[in-house]
Amino acid sequence: MVEAQGIHKYFGHNHVLRGVDLMVRKGEVVVIIGPSGSGKSTFLRTINHLDVPDKGWVRIDGELLGLRAGATDMVAVSDATLSEQRRQVGMVFQQFNLFSHMTALDNVMAGPVQVLRTARRTAANDARRLLALVGLEDKAASYPEQLSGGQQQRVAIARALAMHPKVMLFDEPTSSLDPEMVHEVLQVMLDLSQQGMTMIIVTHEIQFAAKAANRILFMEDGNIVEQGTPTELVNNPRNERTQKFLRLVTGGF
Amino acid sequence: MWDWQTFFHYLHSLYLIEGAGLSLALSIGAMVIGLACGLLAALMRMSRHRLIRQPASFYVWLFRGTPVLVQLIIIYTGLPQLGIKLGVISSALLGLGVNEGAYLAEIIRAGVSAVPRGQFEAARAIGMTRTTTMRVVVMPQALRIIIPPLGNAFNGLMKTSSLASVISMEELLRRTELLIQVQFKVLEIFIVAALYYLLMTTLWGFVQHRLEAHFSRSVTASSRSRDKAQQIDLAGAVLTHDAT
Repeated sequence: MVEAQGIHKYFGHNHVLRGVDLMVRKGEVVVIIGPSGSGKSTFLRTINHLDVPDKGWVRIDGELLGLRAGATDMVAVSDATLSEQRRQVGMVFQQFNLFSHMTALDNVMAGPVQVLRTARRTAANDARRLLALVGLEDKAASYPEQLSGGQQQRVAIARALAMHPKVMLFDEPTSSLDPEMVHEVLQVMLDLSQQGMTMIIVTHEIQFAAKAANRILFMEDGNIVEQGTPTELVNNPRNERTQKFLRLVTGGF
Repeated sequence: MWDWQTFFHYLHSLYLIEGAGLSLALSIGAMVIGLACGLLAALMRMSRHRLIRQPASFYVWLFRGTPVLVQLIIIYTGLPQLGIKLGVISSALLGLGVNEGAYLAEIIRAGVSAVPRGQFEAARAIGMTRTTTMRVVVMPQALRIIIPPLGNAFNGLMKTSSLASVISMEELLRRTELLIQVQFKVLEIFIVAALYYLLMTTLWGFVQHRLEAHFSRSVTASSRSRDKAQQIDLAGAVLTHDAT
């Protein structure tokens, strides 16, 4: 379903990703953990080319994203093609990034109406259904500023789902939420995973990862250092750095 | 001595009222041209390609760096030397409009850069092209930020339009001067003209207030203060403009 191969990324002289490989099967939930600065968010952003990889490639369902074979080398596709390919990949951001001049309903409808050219009435019905799915059917007319962080993030999830993506990327979706709102967002994500959505999640919520993930990856210094099932990785990490990181985030000493 | 009778006589002079109407029409026309030039230049200056950015930067540099009065005279009296003959009204519209565009380009660009990066990324992530992102997400939000300085720019333009009198366009100031040449009531007639300008800018002030209220209707108290801070920055840029 999602295949990333040899992803390298530089920010100036900073070598942020050093050849990351990842294969995600349909319906699989993969959680990426690791210390800040390990490149996990950047890696997630290279999957839909929000950050274009300097080397390596990404395939969604076998189709190369953002690149095509040129005469001698791989070249970037046009903006229109890249935009079309991105429809298959939903993304949820740490800062929600809801369109601040639109109501919750319009936020969810924006993609279908503007990108897929869905009729407004159909898009509105679909958007209402999605808002109900994330438990916010009564907030359709609210503007982002009138919603709590947790509500905004749930609208953002509905907005991504409205494009019927094949895979959902979550970039630290609960990191800027007040503690009491973390649960409502994680619950929506857990429901999604149980409905068979393919998901790649960058998070610090180890308990959630243990519960929802099929596989956990530990990233450090731009590499995947260790990966395994939650039981293997959380209860029985082999790598010394993974052990140290887990001790720190679970509050152990 | 101050002559009240002359003052009141010219206060409702049709000749001057027409002149004021012409000033207003010239300002509106120049603003429309300015908005078109400004939007184009702003978009060009935000391009990733140097070859698109540079001509726009050159335009802004050139027209902000020379007095609009000089530009008007060059267009009306200088260009015919190159075989380009423009009428008074065309010259005034073109000169004021293109000059205004250089300032509006900066206002528009500042407004667009004030839209948080995350808005752009979220739009791109749901598959919007760059153009759709600009149209649907960035511009409507930038507009909210741009409207106050844009209104101030139009206020300034209504006054700057008096410069068209120099190339003999018979707008309010020119007509005032023509009247004075036959009536010699300098102070009275100039005060009337000043009052007309004041009336135009004051009425515009009400319109601007309405527009601002309209475009910030979805904003609640918390973010209104955030927008204010940005508006003050932009207002500063416009004030410098007015001073020139």
